[in-house]
Amino acid sequence: MYRESRIWQWGSHTIMLLLSLACVVPFLLLVISSLTDERSIIRNGYSFFPKQISFAAYEYIWQQSSLIFNAYGITILITILGTTASLIVTSMLAYPLSRRDLPGGMVVVFLLFFTMLFNGGLAPTYIIYTQVFHIKNTLLALLVPGLLMNGFSVLLMRSFFMTTIPSSVLESASIDGATEFTIYRKIVLPLSLPILAVVGLLHGLMYWNDWFNGLIYLTNPKLYSLQNVLNQLMSNIQFLASNSDVSSLAGKSLQQIPSEAFRMAIAVISIAPILIAYPFFQKYFVKGLAVGAVKG
Amino acid sequence: MMLPGIAYLLINNYMPMFGITIAFKNINFAKGIWGSDWNGVENFKFLFQSSEAFVITRNTILYNLSFIVIGLIVGVGTAILLNEIKNKFAAKFYQSVLLIPYIISMVLVSYLVYSVLSVNVGLMNNTILPALGIDPISWYNEPKYWPYILVIVNLWKGLGFSVVVYLAAIIGIDKEYYEAAMLDGASKWQQIRKITIPMITPILVMMTLLSIGRIFYSDFGLFYQVPMNSGSLFSTTSTIDTYVFRALMQLGDIGMSAAAGLYQSVVGFLLVILSNYAVRKIDKDSALY
Repeated sequence: MYRESRIWQWGSHTIMLLLSLACVVPFLLLVISSLTDERSIIRNGYSFFPKQISFAAYEYIWQQSSLIFNAYGITILITILGTTASLIVTSMLAYPLSRRDLPGGMVVVFLLFFTMLFNGGLAPTYIIYTQVFHIKNTLLALLVPGLLMNGFSVLLMRSFFMTTIPSSVLESASIDGATEFTIYRKIVLPLSLPILAVVGLLHGLMYWNDWFNGLIYLTNPKLYSLQNVLNQLMSNIQFLASNSDVSSLAGKSLQQIPSEAFRMAIAVISIAPILIAYPFFQKYFVKGLAVGAVKG
Repeated sequence: MMLPGIAYLLINNYMPMFGITIAFKNINFAKGIWGSDWNGVENFKFLFQSSEAFVITRNTILYNLSFIVIGLIVGVGTAILLNEIKNKFAAKFYQSVLLIPYIISMVLVSYLVYSVLSVNVGLMNNTILPALGIDPISWYNEPKYWPYILVIVNLWKGLGFSVVVYLAAIIGIDKEYYEAAMLDGASKWQQIRKITIPMITPILVMMTLLSIGRIFYSDFGLFYQVPMNSGSLFSTTSTIDTYVFRALMQLGDIGMSAAAGLYQSVVGFLLVILSNYAVRKIDKDSALY
C-alpha cells in the first residue's frame, strides 16, 4: 500500500513537472532569443545556449522608442479605460437584473442569453461599426467592439448578486429612503468586490491581449496597440519568408525593423507585465475560471 | 441604470443580427451598402459551388473533433494526476504554471511557434532536425504538418483551463467513497477507474456535448495567427472563421463573407440547440437553459 502510494506520488510529480516545463520552456526560448547576438541567430538559429549574448535588441527598442512606447501607452490606456468601463456597464446591467421585482427583467436576460447562442457574424458587425458609427481609425475601435460587455459576465455577476446580497439589506435601505442608484453604489458594489475582481481580471486580460479590433478597424499605425505592432512585425516575417510584396501601408514601419532578436525583444516586453503580475492575480484567476466553468 | 448595457447590446449584438440581410445582397459601393440590390441566394449558391465551402467546413469540424477528443483525454488525465499530489503547495504551483499559456494572446503564441518553426532561424531546423539527421523542413509551406502543429498548440494553450474545470469536478467527489474503497483494499488504479471517472462522467458528457454544439466555430486567432496566414497552408489551416475574415478584409467580398458568416451562425445555432437538448435529457441542471 505504502509502496504503491509512493510510486503514484513520484509518477504524478514527474509528469506534472514535465508538463510545467513544456508550458515554460517556449517563453525561455523567447527571452534567450531576444538576448542573443544577431549574427549568432543568423548562423545558428534561435537557441537555448547562444554563442554570444547581446542587449542590442533592447537598446534598439530604446532608440526607436516612439513607435513602441506609443503602442505601450495605448495598450495601457485601453486596458485601464476598457476594464473600468466594462465593470461599470456590466454591474449596472447586472444589478437591476438580479432583482426579482424588476418588470421585464426576464426579457433582458433572454436577450443577453441569446447573444451567447447566435450572432450576426463578422461582416455585418464590421459594416455597422464602420458605416453607421464610423469608428474606423479611432481609439473607440480598440475599446468598444466585442469587448466592452458580454452576456457571460453579466449573467455571472447577476448570479453573484442574487446569491450573496441579502434582499433584506436592500429592502431596509430603500425603506430608509435610499434611491436605487445609492443602493447600487453604497451597498451592492462594496459587497461584491470578489466578483468585480474576477470580471475585471477577465476583461483586463481581454483588453491587454486583443489584436483583432486593431487588425480590422485600424490602418493608422499611431493608434496601434502593442499586439497590433507585434502582428505587423509578423506580416514582415511572412514577407521575408514568402518574398511577396508588402502592403504600402505597413511599409513605413517595416523598414525600421532590423532583426530577429528585435522582434523577440518586443514580444518579451509585451508579455512581461502580465507574467510579472500573474503570481499576484493567479489566485483570483483560477477561482474565477472555476466559478465561470461551473456556472457556464 | 440599465441604459448603457442595453444600448451596447443593441449596437454590438442586435444591429449586426439584422445586418445579416447583406448576405442576400449584391453589394455595390456606388449605391451604398444598404441601397444595393437584392440578389436572393446568389451569394450562397456561389459559396457552395466553390470547393472552398467543403474545405472550410471539413477543416472546422475535423479540427474541433480532434481538439475535443485529445483535450478530454489529456485534460482528465492531468487533472487526475494533479489531484493525486499530496503536497498542496506543489499542486497549486503546477496548476498555475499550466495556466500561463492560457493568459497570453494568440499573437504571442504565433511568436513562440515561429521561434521553433522558422525556416531559417527556428529551433527545429537549426538544432533539433540536424541532431536527428533530418533535412530542414519548410514548415510554413508544407500543409501536411499543420494538423499536428495546430492540435499541439491548441492543447498547449488550453490544457490549463480544462484542468481547472476537471479538477473542480474531481475535488467535489465525496471522500468517503475513497476511504471505503481503501478499506476494501482497492488499488489507486482501481479507485480512479471505478470511482473518479464514473463520478465525473456526467460533467465530461456535458462539457463534450457543449463543445460539440460549438463545432462550427473555430478560434480565429489559432488558425490565422499561428500559421501566419500563409497562403500555401490554406488547404489544412483555413476554417469558416478565417474564410469570413479573408473574404471581408482581403478580398473585399462583403456579400460572400456575410453569406459564409450566416451559414456558420445558423448551423452553429442549430447545433447548440440540439446539444443543449441532449444535455437536458441527461441532466437538467447542467443545461445552458
